Amino acid sequence: MQNKKRYRGQSQVYQIWYRFRHNKSAMLGLVIISLLILIAVFADVLFSYDGIAIKQNIMERLQAPSAAHPMGTDDYGRDILARVVHGSRISLGIGFGGVAIALFGGTIIGAIAGFYGGKVDMVVMRVTDIFMAIPNILMAMIIVAVAGTSAVTIAISLGIAAIPTFTRVARGAVLTVREMEYIESARAIGAKNSTIISKHILPNCFAPLLVQTTLSMAIIILSVSGLSYLGMGIKAPIPEWGSMLSASRAYLQGNSYMAIFPGLAIMLTILALNLLGDGLRDASDPKLK
Amino acid sequence: MLEVKGLKKYFKTPHGMLHAVDDVSFSIKRGTTLGIVGESGCGKSTTGRAILRLIEPTAGEVLFEGTDIRKLSTAELRRLRCEMQIIFQDPFSSIDPRQTIAQTIEEPMKLQGIIRDKRERMARVLELAEMVGIAERLMNAYPHELDGGRRQRVGIARALALNPRFIVCDEPVSALDISIQAQILNLLSDLQERLDLTYIFITHDLSVVNHFSDDIAVMYLGRLVEKAPAEELFTNPLHPYTRALLSAIPIPSLHNRRERIILKGEITSPIEPEKACRFAGRCWCADDRCRTEEPSLTDLGNGHFVSCFQAN
Repeated sequence: MQNKKRYRGQSQVYQIWYRFRHNKSAMLGLVIISLLILIAVFADVLFSYDGIAIKQNIMERLQAPSAAHPMGTDDYGRDILARVVHGSRISLGIGFGGVAIALFGGTIIGAIAGFYGGKVDMVVMRVTDIFMAIPNILMAMIIVAVAGTSAVTIAISLGIAAIPTFTRVARGAVLTVREMEYIESARAIGAKNSTIISKHILPNCFAPLLVQTTLSMAIIILSVSGLSYLGMGIKAPIPEWGSMLSASRAYLQGNSYMAIFPGLAIMLTILALNLLGDGLRDASDPKLK
Repeated sequence: MLEVKGLKKYFKTPHGMLHAVDDVSFSIKRGTTLGIVGESGCGKSTTGRAILRLIEPTAGEVLFEGTDIRKLSTAELRRLRCEMQIIFQDPFSSIDPRQTIAQTIEEPMKLQGIIRDKRERMARVLELAEMVGIAERLMNAYPHELDGGRRQRVGIARALALNPRFIVCDEPVSALDISIQAQILNLLSDLQERLDLTYIFITHDLSVVNHFSDDIAVMYLGRLVEKAPAEELFTNPLHPYTRALLSAIPIPSLHNRRERIILKGEITSPIEPEKACRFAGRCWCADDRCRTEEPSLTDLGNGHFVSCFQAN
């Protein structure tokens, strides 16, 4: 009966992890993402880059999946499995990098606009509107055209292009949270504006931003293929899921596996990201314990 | 301890200036409670917040032990927050849903850097929790897991964390059940005795304020219309509005019916009010003077102030 458990502080991260662990689909998402990241990290161990992934072999072109080439070969006779494995580096790298830039930039700008309101809000949101009127892909193309095409510049340009969306989402969320009484109570105990934004407002804006993050990451991974198709993406021999997909266009009828495997890779990544994102959102909301 | 002089807060609206608080003056002695009563929208909450500068006042002076709060810099104001605290009306929205109870109570001490050692701070959190009657097992709980009364206790604990001497209680019980109300009121008056606190108690519930206050101030449309010691106000109300307000308190008896004064007419708009008594439109004893001139708060002796031409 004497269950005297002294109170001790529990870290927020531990509590989120505790709730996350019991969510099966979220754990599945985490496992898939972890596997994909492992594959990306150890791509060179699995398949040699120069020896297999970009080595052309006209004799073996357009082969259906077999024991030698589990995912078949493409129009240059390159092993698709090796290219998918190496492509994960580029796709995941650009996806994570781009979305990190967009999330970071958009959240800060949106939070400031929403929190301070008035003229600041006016100016920031009108500028955002202007940028939103330009299609993301066009915006990215402009930046790539100026800065050159490399994986890093593509990640940066797609990230910047996605900032306005995050700004809108963040501002909207901040506007609702800002009016809550607990913000006023934080001010009453002497919290600075920066503390109020980072400790009280942003944690309560977590859910919409997280959903936007998983969505944007999917869009960014797809946009890379769009850029490649327009000739402004990843340069030809470098394996990348999007460009593999667009290269397969001409062979869809007879050699559909060329599109299926990179497509599956993209789909799996995005599915896993969504599961992970939903799980994180639920785990971080104390009301859903 | 606290003196308010000519406090004003106007809000800009598309139709003109809204006079939420207009020329309110009063003072509070240490260890006493001033009750502020009035109907919704009369500016009582705005007054409470303006005193703490949670809302910037438009004009006036707020002297806390001689220092004018309106002249303080942001940093000085932050330090003064240790002395002056507020308890909010709605315990469901005044606590951050993403912080545990312990974090909520701990936060003020962390922000103000009062107790820097983490273990000591936790001990203090538990001490505060015990003081307001929250069980230790609830420390890791989130606000949504508690009922209204317990949440309000958390709000009180957070306000007490900084050892304030002055607390604005902004309708702290009006969102609670009647049975819980009594508990919270008892807690507040126990704390006042133990910690020598000074309260401003904002409410629209007259029976609450009667039990609780030393002085009572009645507000109507941003104006202080009457202020007197509690007993004096209840036995000898002078302003017609106060009389109407007191006549509306229900008596828990079948045979004793009080004659109620039913107010007729519309509430005057607080936006760009005319130069007249703001109650004149609903007052049964208003004359021409009331409609063309604005009465000011006059001292009738014995701490009784009233702002009405007909009362003198």
